[in-house]
Parts: sequence; C-alpha cells; structure tokens
Amino acid sequence: MELIWYGIVCFMLVMYIVLDGFDFGAGIIHLFFAKTEEEKKQVMRAIGPYWHANEVWLVAFGGVLFAAFPTLYASTFSGFYLPLIMILWLLILRGLGVEFTHLINHELWIRPWQKAFGISSLLLALFFGIAYGNIIRGVNLGGIDNGVAEFEHYYSFFTPLWDSTFSPFAVRPGVIDWFTITIGIVAVLTLTLHGANWIIMKTNGEFSEKLRRKIVPLWIALVVFIIVSLVAFLKMKSFHPEMFEQHPSIFILPIIALTSLIGMLIASKSSKNWLGFTSSSLFIFSGISSVFANLFPVVLPSTNDIIGDLTIYNTAAEDYGLKIGLIWFVVAFTLIALYFTFLHRIFKGKLTEKHDHH
Amino acid sequence: MEDALLYSRLQFAFTITYHYLFPQLTMGLALIIVIYKGLYLRTNKIIYNQSARFWTKIFAINFGMAVVTGIPMEFQFGTNWARFSELTGNVIGQTLAMEGMFSFFLESSFLGLFLFGEKLLGQRLHFMTAVLIFIGSWASGYLIVATHSWMQHPVGYEILSNGKFVLTNFTELFGNPWFLPSFFHNQMASLVTTSFVIGGTGAFYLLINKHKEFGYLFLKTAVIAGVISTLSVAFPTGELLAKQVVKHQPVTFAAMEGIFHTQKGAPIALIGQPNMKQHRLDNKIIVPNALSFLTYGSWDAEIKGLNDFPKEDWPTNVPGVYYAYHIMVGLGTIFIAVMVFGVWLLWRKKLVLKRWYLWILLFGVPFPYIANITGWYTAELGRQPYLVYGLLRTTEGVSENVSAGNTLFTLLGFVGLYLILGFIMLILVGKIIHNGPSLTIKTH
Ligand code: HDD
Ligand code: HEM
Ligand code: HEM
Repeated sequence: MELIWYGIVCFMLVMYIVLDGFDFGAGIIHLFFAKTEEEKKQVMRAIGPYWHANEVWLVAFGGVLFAAFPTLYASTFSGFYLPLIMILWLLILRGLGVEFTHLINHELWIRPWQKAFGISSLLLALFFGIAYGNIIRGVNLGGIDNGVAEFEHYYSFFTPLWDSTFSPFAVRPGVIDWFTITIGIVAVLTLTLHGANWIIMKTNGEFSEKLRRKIVPLWIALVVFIIVSLVAFLKMKSFHPEMFEQHPSIFILPIIALTSLIGMLIASKSSKNWLGFTSSSLFIFSGISSVFANLFPVVLPSTNDIIGDLTIYNTAAEDYGLKIGLIWFVVAFTLIALYFTFLHRIFKGKLTEKHDHH
Repeated sequence: MEDALLYSRLQFAFTITYHYLFPQLTMGLALIIVIYKGLYLRTNKIIYNQSARFWTKIFAINFGMAVVTGIPMEFQFGTNWARFSELTGNVIGQTLAMEGMFSFFLESSFLGLFLFGEKLLGQRLHFMTAVLIFIGSWASGYLIVATHSWMQHPVGYEILSNGKFVLTNFTELFGNPWFLPSFFHNQMASLVTTSFVIGGTGAFYLLINKHKEFGYLFLKTAVIAGVISTLSVAFPTGELLAKQVVKHQPVTFAAMEGIFHTQKGAPIALIGQPNMKQHRLDNKIIVPNALSFLTYGSWDAEIKGLNDFPKEDWPTNVPGVYYAYHIMVGLGTIFIAVMVFGVWLLWRKKLVLKRWYLWILLFGVPFPYIANITGWYTAELGRQPYLVYGLLRTTEGVSENVSAGNTLFTLLGFVGLYLILGFIMLILVGKIIHNGPSLTIKTH
C-alpha cells in the first residue's frame, strides 16, 4: 500500500513540475527574451488556457501527500516554513500576473504585472530547485546539536534560510547553500528550456525561431551545472551506490535522462516541434525519478547520525485510509484524464489570436 | 511557544477569512450563470447570454482570487499546524485530497474552456461547461464543509495509542449528522451573498439610469434568488444546524445564546452584552420562553447554562461567540424582511419605482459578507479551545518547530500582500461594473 501511494505521490509531483514547469519557463522567457509587445502576447497566449489547470496539480499533490503520508507532510511543510510561505506568496503573484495583466489596457497597469509575472516565475523555478536540493541533501531532523534534540518529536526540524558556511556538509545546513543553489540553477535552466520548447510547439513565427536559437547556449549552461551538482551529490551521505548494484534495472532512469538531454539538442535543429517538448518533459521525469529511486525508500534523509531518515514506511497513513483512498483516487483520476483529453482536443494545435481572452 | 500559537491562529483566521470572501460569491454566481445560460438556450433572448457573460467576468476575477488565496490554506495545515496534521491526517487528509482531485480539477479545466471556448463549443456544450463548473465549485464546498464538520463533531474514527486519529468508517465520515445541515446552510448563505451582489448591481444601474434592461433583470433575479436563499438559511438549515450544536456542543450553544444559568423556559436575547464578571447579560431585551420553544418545541424545556459546565470547556472567547452569532442571526432576519418585501414589490410590479428600495439593495451588499464571516466565527470560536471538538486541544496542534518570530513575519507578510490585492481587486470589479453589460455582441 505504501508503495502504491508513494508511486502516486511521485507521479503527481512529476506531473506538476512537467506541466506548471513550462509556465515558469514561459515566465522566464517573458522576462528575458520577449522584447516586443507581440512577443509578450505570444508567450501569454501559449500558457493562458493551461496554467491554472496545471497549478491544480500542486494543490492535488499537497492533498494527496497529506492523506497518504501525513507525517511527511507535517514534517516538511513546517520544517521548511519560511521558504514555503515565500513560495506561496510568489504563486499568488504569478497567478495574478497571468490573470490580471490584460484587464486594464494602460502602461502603468500592464508593466508592473508583467514584471511580477516574470520575476515570480524565475524565483519559483529557483526555489523549487532549491527545495529539491534540500530533499536530496537531507536536513537536521530533530534539530540535533551535540547529541541533544531540540524538538520533542523525531520528525520535527526547522531549516534556517542559510548558515554562515553555505556548505551542504555543515551540522545544520540552511535551506540555501552552494549545493542547493546549484540545483536551483539547474532547475531554472531546465524549465527555461522546457518553456521554450512549449512555446515553439504552440506558436508560429519569428519568435519561435528566435527561441530556437537560444536553445543551444542554454543547453550548454545546463550541462555544466548538472555536472557540478552530480559531483557534489556523489559525496553526500544520501547517495547510495549500492541501490544501483542491487537493482540494476533502475539504471534505465539515468539513461533516459541522458537520452532526452541529447534529444533536446537534436530537436532544436529538427522541424519536429513536438520532439523538443517531449525530450524536456522526459528529462524532468527521469531527472527527478533517478534521484528518488536512489533514495528509496527514504523520502527525507537525516543529516545527523542520531535520528534515522524519514521513509515511506514511518510516515504513511494507516491501511484502511490508504485502501479507501485508492478507490476514490482511481475514480477521480479517470475523470481527470477525461477532462484533460477533452481540453487538449479542443485547444489542439497552434494558438492564435482567436484564442485570446475577451 | 505561546506567541507562536497566537500568531499562527491569527494568520489562519486572517487568511481563511480573506479566502472565504471569494468562494461565497463564486459558488452562488456559478449557479446564477447556469440559470442565465439555460434561459438563453430556452428562450434565445440575447439579454440572458449577455448577462451570463457579464457575471462570468466578475466570476473569473473572484475565482482567480479564490484560487490564489486557497493555495496558502491547503499548505498552512502543514506549515503552522504540523502536529494537528500529523495526528488527524488519516481522516481530514482524505477529504482535503478529495477536494483537490474531484473539484479543483473539474473547475479549473472547464473554466478555461468556458472563458475561451464559447465559439469553439457551441451553445449547448457551453451550457454544459457552465454546469460542470457549478458542480465543481459546490463539490469543493461540500468536501471542505465535510472536513470542517468532522472537526466540529468527529465520527468514524479511532484513536491509536500514539494519539493518532485514524479513519475507520468512510461512510460515517460523510453521514456525519452535523454535515448536511452545515453544507446546505453554507451554500444557501453563499447564495444570499450572490443575491445581494446581483441586486446591488441592478439597483446601481437603475439609479444611474444606465443599462436599464439589465438593471431590471438583475433586480428580478436577486429578489427571487434572495427570497429563496434568505428563507432557507433560517429555516430549515439554520434551525437544523442549531439542533446539532445543542446536541453535540451544549456549552457552545449556551455561549451563543448568552445563557449563564440553567433555566426552564429560557428566553431569547435579542440584544444584550455578556458580562463575564457577573455572569449575566447586561441591558438585555428578551423574548421570554422563546429559546426553549425553538430548541425543544416546548415552552418550558430546560436549557443548560454555562455555569453548569466546567470552566475549561467554555469557549475561550464567550462574548466573541455570542456577538458573532447574534450578528449573523440579526442580519439574517433583516435579509428576510428585505427580500420578502422585494418579492412583494415585484409581484405588484413596483420594483423599479421604489427608489428608496434600490438604495437599500445598493448599500446592502457588504452585509451578507459580514453575516457569512460572523457565522464562521461563531462556529470556529465556539469550537475553541479544541481543534477536534472534545478530543484535541488547539495548543496541542501547533507546529512546535516554528518560532514566534517566523510566524509573526509571515503573518505580517500575508496582511500586507492581501491588503494590496484587495485594493487592486476592487478597482477591477469597479471597472467591470462601470463598463456594464451590453446588448450588442462583441465577436472576436
Ligand atoms: C448570509 C449568511 C448567513 C445568515 C443570514 C445566517 N447564517 Fe448561520 N451560518 C452561516 C451563514 C449565515 C455560515 C457562515 O455559513 C455558517 C458557518 C458554518 C456553517 O456551516 O455555516 C453558519 C453557521 C451557523 C450555525 C452553526 C454554528 C456552530 O457551528 O457553532 C448555526 C446554529 C446557524 N448558523 C444558525 C443560523 C440561523 C438560525 C440563522 C437565521 C437567520 C442564520 N444562521 C443566518
Ligand atoms: C470561511 C470560513 C472559515 C472562517 C471564517 C474560519 C475562521 C477561523 C478562525 C477565526 C479561526 C481561529 C479561531 C481561534 O483561534 O480562536 C479558525 C481556526 C481554524 N479553522 Fe477555521 N474558518 C473557516 C473555515 C474552516 C474550514 C472549512 C476548516 C477546515 C477544513 C477550518 C479549519 C480551521 C483550523 C484547522 C483552525 C485552527 C486554528 C485555530 O484553531 O486557531 N476552518 N478558523
Ligand atoms: C468555508 C470554507 C470554504 C469554502 C466554502 C471554500 C470553497 C472554495 C471554492 C468554491 C473554491 C473554488 C473557487 C471557486 O469556485 O470560486 C475554493 C478554492 C480553494 N480553496 Fe477554499 N473554501 C473554503 C475554505 C478553504 C480551506 C479551509 C482550504 C484549505 C484547505 C481551502 C482551499 C482551497 C484551495 C487550495 C483553493 C484553490 C483551488 C484551485 O486551485 O482551483 N479552502 N474554495
């Protein structure tokens, strides 16, 4: 049961990052690459009908995590208190940036909202990357210092935003250290590429061509940062080489990651518009799942030696709830699949002015 | 820890109060839009479709605000109430996850379609999407009230030795006797808000002599929806809900009514200020024996007073509960009078002529919001000092690892951000109402 729900939760998370990820990417592109009003319009048009449905994956992910792994939900959400609340603020700005920009046609209204949209997308990509970095690195569970626990409950911790060393190997690493920042940058670059691929797929014309030319430099930067983060990861306590020895089949995940990374490069030269987006989606999926597979069954590593890691087994809900939950989940999920097929059928193909907001 | 608890409570109260300003309008509007679209399909009168479009614009902005303010709600259970989440996640995690999976996906998928797809879909399918959005938004209310009812009156659970609440009976969770009265009361209350908003807008157009056909249609819609909803808020839903409170939280009921001493033939206090030192109501105006009659159907039934309960079970803020409840019920009574009078005017075909009535509707708009919020404060302050009534105290639910400094910081951040958003949102809605609906069709 825990295993099934772990699969579901991971699936919801990956769906969220793949789907809302291109909205963040579009926001970053809007901030840096879309210069003219027409280009900005094209970006907004490409995400307008989708972003909200995409964001629901986050809400649903939160709900499912709460239901299936209440202890993990309680522990991480309160442990990363400040960054999470900041993410919420940014999500508010991002959402209103998309929805409100076009409502009043005046320079003084439009400019700030456009900037709010771009900057919040950029910071969200960075923050989500940093959060992910924290999960890979682990946290000081229990707030242990010199063998003494600061909190009564074993799953409690509080991560300050940073500590003076900025090192992931500190006793009490902060949310931000050089390792998590690197992962944050990897996330920003990945999502920018992902967003570019989406826009190329959904719109026509000069702007798509312009974006296509940006792919290669972005790609090179991405590879550099990936290498840095990988080297650091190999040194971490949370890295488990034996996982790959015991289950050679999970080697498939890093292989997919590598293939799709190369796929992105090929796509930028090819005329097949879907290839780029498919590659970046696969890359996100395999990048996340290779790390999760390596950590399994741990979901939040502990950096101290006194309190053990949080795993899917010591954080899950009781069996009855998980079983009942599975029933309604399957029903709900079938419905959702229907809506999405329908939605994408109606809005299939390139988006043009015809699809603009009234 | 004490301060952290206080700030977390203030933050939750502030953010949920703010969040609920929006769904109470959108849940009602979703229904009204379905009705307008349906009328358009049947009569083919363009005014219905244009009205649906006009209210869809207002709906979209409120929906946007509901969404962005709703996400912090979902996450705050984890950030500020980690112990509570850990202990009760087995139960309320279910309903909250269901809300995400069943209703938010439905609404968000089809709202885009509804906004962008009128031409792509054709009228029939467009009407269907409106229906789906309506179902989605009411399902959301349904599941959130189910969650809330469990906190008021826990059922279908078992407590493990480690203090965790686990779900043992899923059907009981939804068969909670507290749940349906609360759900319908809440939905009807949201329709009250919507009626007043539509009525106020209609009255505004008639008063400034613009968009008069719409003004009249809105007014008519408002008094009809208004009379149905204001009456059903009081009877049967409000009354049934009150019976649940008497039965399962008698001490809360005593606080709501301001009854300190157990008495036979208890009166209803219309006005009066609770005096917590002397344990009585000051300056009261009462209707003798009415409370006993309304609660038990007999003029001299016994009602238990606060003094008969141990002090540590009293709601932490007795005057707060008392005032909140009296404001809700007082306003509810006034709403009934306003709407019944409106229907009478409509029937006598004088609705547009009585300008003073239009002024009442125009200035009535904020009051159902107040009634809704005070209603929730009755419920929430009445539930204190417990998070899960009778079982888990609020002090035991807060996150132990988040310090007061951090919670104060985020509380101030939310207050600042939301104040700015509220201001912007008022500008936008003002602009839409100012531009008004129009009978000429703009095609894109
Ligand atoms: C327009 C709003 C509105 C109006 C006019 C009323 N209510 Fe209400 N009431 C609500 C909006 C509301 C609410 C905000 O929606 C609540 C909070 C929880 C709930 O389910 O509904 C509520 C709760 C609520 C409760 C539960 C309190 C608790 O849980 O401790 C009772 C007993 C009543 N109401 C009774 C009434 C009666 C007898 C009314 C007679 C006129 C009335 N309400 C009018
Ligand atoms: C719009 C409707 C609501 C309003 C206005 C509201 C208001 C409040 C207020 C004022 C408090 C603080 C009480 C106090 O600390 O003295 C509170 C607490 C709380 N409410 Fe609600 N509430 C609403 C709906 C809900 C719902 C639907 C849920 C459950 C899903 C809920 C869950 C909680 C929780 C967990 C707390 C804990 C914090 C505390 O007790 O202080 N509320 N709410
Ligand atoms: C009386 C209490 C509440 C009611 C009736 C209510 C109802 C709604 C409704 C109807 C919506 C959808 C927007 C719309 O249709 O207008 C919504 C949005 C939302 N609500 Fe609430 N809500 C309440 C309290 C809460 C609480 C306590 C939470 C936290 C768990 C919450 C979480 C959310 C979220 C996450 C959204 C955004 C959904 C999306 O992305 O579409 N709400 N709420």
